[in-house]
Amino acid sequence: MTNKNTPDDKNKRDFLQVSTYALGAVGAASFVWPLINQMNPAADTLALASTEVDLEQLEEGQAITVTWRGKPVFIRHRTKEEIASAKDQLLDGLRDPQTDDERVQNEKYIVLVGVCTHLGCVPLGQKSGDVKGEYGGWFCPCHGSHYDHSGRIRKGPAPTNLEIPQYSFLSDTLIKIG
Amino acid sequence: MSKPKFKNPVVNWIDYRLPIFTFMNHELNEYPTPKNLNYFWNFGSLAGITLVIMIVTGIVLSMNYTAHIDYAFDSVERIMRDVNHGWLLRYIHMNGASFFFIVVYIHIFRGLYYGSYKAPREILWILGVLILLLMMATAFMGYVLPWGQMSFWGATVITNLFSAIPLVGESIVTWLWGGFSVDNPTLNRFFSLHFVLPFVIVGVVILHLVALHRFGSNNPIGIDVKGKQDTIPFHPYYTIKDLFGLSVFATIFAAAVFFFPNFMGHPDNYIPANPMVTPAHIVPEWYFLPFYAILRAIPDKLGGVLFMFGAIMVLFVLPWLDKSSVRSSQFRPLYKLFFWFLVIDCIALGYLGAMPAEGIYVVLSRLATAYYFFHFLIILPLLPKIESTRPLPVSISTPIITTSSNASTVMAMREKK
Repeated sequence: MTNKNTPDDKNKRDFLQVSTYALGAVGAASFVWPLINQMNPAADTLALASTEVDLEQLEEGQAITVTWRGKPVFIRHRTKEEIASAKDQLLDGLRDPQTDDERVQNEKYIVLVGVCTHLGCVPLGQKSGDVKGEYGGWFCPCHGSHYDHSGRIRKGPAPTNLEIPQYSFLSDTLIKIG
Repeated sequence: MSKPKFKNPVVNWIDYRLPIFTFMNHELNEYPTPKNLNYFWNFGSLAGITLVIMIVTGIVLSMNYTAHIDYAFDSVERIMRDVNHGWLLRYIHMNGASFFFIVVYIHIFRGLYYGSYKAPREILWILGVLILLLMMATAFMGYVLPWGQMSFWGATVITNLFSAIPLVGESIVTWLWGGFSVDNPTLNRFFSLHFVLPFVIVGVVILHLVALHRFGSNNPIGIDVKGKQDTIPFHPYYTIKDLFGLSVFATIFAAAVFFFPNFMGHPDNYIPANPMVTPAHIVPEWYFLPFYAILRAIPDKLGGVLFMFGAIMVLFVLPWLDKSSVRSSQFRPLYKLFFWFLVIDCIALGYLGAMPAEGIYVVLSRLATAYYFFHFLIILPLLPKIESTRPLPVSISTPIITTSSNASTVMAMREKK
């Protein structure tokens, strides 16, 4: 018989203790993960994550708002003057410098997530009677952020330009958002 | 001034102002526990852990559930199909209810076998019966929430029990329903109560533990702890034993959740509730079956309800029905026999509750019901008068330390007398 307190015996017990704790931690984590993950978007929510929009009826100068993932998406058919003013804008002095080309796939249509990057309000400017702000694009009534024809932040507290959603043109006038 | 007790100075600083660490050390670490507890003493901690599992899974399920008659069934199906791990969480919660009752019923029969309800543990026992009642109410209301056929008709039948009350019965049922049948208001209030009652249970469980720690656990021999030599510290001896029991329990629980998740349920509850059609064979969940059998055994509406509730009420007064001063069945040969008769009777009632209420089943239900009350109301009070109990050991340590022979134990005990 070996002595109960030999270093070998102590090593064996330490190993057993550490491996028990480790296995217990793995077990606990694997039980906790479903509790956390259930709050992530469910399969049916993810299935609603793309929206198709037909732009055929959208005349120059008009805008429509569609819902994508529970958020408004602004689509504006820009006039020639609006496109020109968006393109001619110098990047110097922009808070979040981006050229208009970087922000559109087809320069006629600007597609934006209609959520102010400041604190999440929906800016005005989609309807003909709306206040469009000092730069003619959109104006957020909550804290006074002004966006230009390209949806770039020009004045007010918002830190970045209006977000561009992932989208693609399925044909000349049919786009798929998401 | 208490002197510092912990190595960590921060722990000491907090403990001096808020003695939470002293409390935990006292109740969970050094807490002296009889050294002869067997595995039946695992079921208290198992019940506590199951309660926590039920509350945790219940809270996350409620995040995905809609308490409205038009959406409830679909929202549960959405949990099963679309919500991440929703099927797992619901199956844990659903089977957890059954396992909670399995654990608690074993815990209760443990108490009956070893006389754990006797002085000075009467309030501990009464709080336990109160927890059982709260569990039954919670489980019943939870079963209504998926709004399947069994949910709806179970709710209808159980709430109609109250219509048996003379004069005010109908008004009480209308009040419970919030209308003239089980409908949306009923579902909403059941959801609210199903959410809050588990926290009431936690409160009563805390009182149960306070009462337990006043005199400590009973033990298989049923005699009081005589001194330090009869106890061992709770940690590590019983923490490790409880953990081992928990791992066995969790294995069986997981097997049910992953391989037989619907074994203890009814397929009819996967049919959306239809107030126009009652399922052909309506039975409650298995853990209510013995009580359901008693309800149906009495050929009178009010009588059936009274006997059914009486079956639990009799447990409240059990400490005063059993007058024997000997706790453990090990030293009560007759009580031990009748204990097993009671176990068989309860299983028989459970079986009969699941059978249709016709023919021989009715007769057997009546016999089994009669025996249940006969056990508590006649046998237990009379037993001490005719039973000759076996001699008790001097202390918990004595029969363990004195291994030479049983005779010497008995001799030692006789000398003391």
